[in-house]
Amino acid sequence: MSFPWAKQYAPKHPLMQWVDSRLPLPRFVYNAVGAGYPVPRNLNYFWNFGVLAGVALVVQIVTGIVLAMHFHSSAAGAFQSVNGTIMRDVNAGWFLRFAHANGASMFFIVVYIHMARGLFYGSYKAPREMIWLLGVVIFLLLMATAFMGYVLPWGQMSFWGAQVITGFFSAIPVVGDTIRIWLLGGYAPDDAALNRFFSLHYLLPFVILGVVILHIWALHIPGSGNPTGVEVKGEQDTVPFHPYYTAKDGFGLAIFLLVFSVLIFFYPDMLGHPDNYIEANPLSTPAHIVPEWYFLPFYAILKAFTVDFIIPAKLWGVLAMFGSILLLFFLPWLDKSPVRSANFRPVYRVFFWILVLDVLVLGYVGGAEPVAVNVVISQIAAAYYFAFFLIIVPIISRLERPRPLPNSITEAVLKGESGSRVSESAVSA
Amino acid sequence: MATLDDGVSPDQTVGPGGEVLENPRRRDYLQIAAIAFGGVGAGVVVLPLVNSMNPSADVLALSVTEVDLSAIEPGQAIKTTFRKQPLFVRNLTPAEIAAADAVPIGDLRDPQTLEERTKEGKANWLVTLGVCTHLGCVPLGAGAGENKGPFGGYFCPCHGSAYDTAGRIRSGPAPTNLEVPVYEFTSDTTIVVG
Repeated sequence: MSFPWAKQYAPKHPLMQWVDSRLPLPRFVYNAVGAGYPVPRNLNYFWNFGVLAGVALVVQIVTGIVLAMHFHSSAAGAFQSVNGTIMRDVNAGWFLRFAHANGASMFFIVVYIHMARGLFYGSYKAPREMIWLLGVVIFLLLMATAFMGYVLPWGQMSFWGAQVITGFFSAIPVVGDTIRIWLLGGYAPDDAALNRFFSLHYLLPFVILGVVILHIWALHIPGSGNPTGVEVKGEQDTVPFHPYYTAKDGFGLAIFLLVFSVLIFFYPDMLGHPDNYIEANPLSTPAHIVPEWYFLPFYAILKAFTVDFIIPAKLWGVLAMFGSILLLFFLPWLDKSPVRSANFRPVYRVFFWILVLDVLVLGYVGGAEPVAVNVVISQIAAAYYFAFFLIIVPIISRLERPRPLPNSITEAVLKGESGSRVSESAVSA
Repeated sequence: MATLDDGVSPDQTVGPGGEVLENPRRRDYLQIAAIAFGGVGAGVVVLPLVNSMNPSADVLALSVTEVDLSAIEPGQAIKTTFRKQPLFVRNLTPAEIAAADAVPIGDLRDPQTLEERTKEGKANWLVTLGVCTHLGCVPLGAGAGENKGPFGGYFCPCHGSAYDTAGRIRSGPAPTNLEVPVYEFTSDTTIVVG
């Protein structure tokens, strides 16, 4: 970030001076998350969730590496190594396993709030499109990683989840079955599939880490957005990231870790599915099979297509499900409104909150049994999801009359008070 | 310094010392050939990386499965395995055969008669893979007391596909009928699948 008033890195300690003049890594950190990165002064707690997602990634990588030291990736040994060895014998294994399993849920919770923040405050709009695009890539990688991780314990849900999700690819005309057999390394999930999922589940988090670095890099070109959607105009609009936002993010992180701890220690199985405590049985599908909660809205869209229309219902469902995510790549060009924040968009914000409700409804029917009434609800909800992005947003972004924007971030914060005191103190500091 | 614009025709190029080189096309082919060769080399390296994920020799060494039918009473079905997938063998009752034959072929998503799905003279033996053609779950209906769905055959709990007494898709998202594998009767009470 290159605001002219950003503090310059000036190491006092001779060791840091020695390092900085040879490899300016301390300078890089200082300018990325230190006092050298000025951030809008009016960020609310919704700007905390990027840091929380980063922490969730680190928690998953660290607990995952340790769990992999005790895991047997074979159809005969996986279930026993997870539910027996790790849970009962490995020192603190139960804690690491529950932290990893619930860590995935926490990861998705913060990522969904992070995405909703972006949708509400127009964080995807110019000049921040690249941040949004990289974010959608991270989301896709995250879902692929979580899916393969869930297969590893080799319970009933693991096995049938692997069968169903690789089955998506069999919907592709002509080459679908070939692709599915290639993915599985056989005709049904077995050792070959479990082993390669283990290998890829280990690989993908590091790919995510790489894209996260690009995501943060792209963020630091224009700098953080803010709840008004008005760009930074001068020094009085910003405060240095450290210590102001390191402290604020630290407080949010403490709340996150409290919730996480309550889940691990008191409700470790609340977000899981009991059937995954039954070992995989290739001859029997559980009567009520549902994916993990964080996939339910997309699963509902998949299930909403029940009628063949030109192409088979199966292909419609798979296209719609992948389409519902790929659609997000086009959002910066579907929303033509120059106003970023929904705080100043009276029409958009109504449809935005209907979308939030809609996704919750999709999540509910995604987990419910496919009886007629639920199918109809899922069809209506899926229709709204697509209509929001493809019809409503492009139309209202042309017709809507936004409320007047504040002249600057500082004006919005002080609401008429003078901002001079702040800028004077910043100059004297 | 001479540049390409200084009166050099497209058939010529300028050498490092500024001299005009004649017939440069042969040199362009060198570049094309080098890149093409590199591309082929990269493809040849990628191919085994991708192909290693296809079924290995031990998975491909598919054995045939022999099934003894003698203990299956009319109205009963058994589940067994064929190539690590579930296999349903069902002894249809006359009522179930009549129900399957009564369905107008034109009403079906994947039109097939029961006769086409069974062996001649053995219309009561319905042998299918127990793999829903939607996304691969095992439909209910083979075990005693399981939900056979609204058409009296099989019902898949994953996304609600319902199959009739001939294992044909009747409602739900599945695109085709339950697959009938290659099999033959070796005696009146034995089939060999595969």
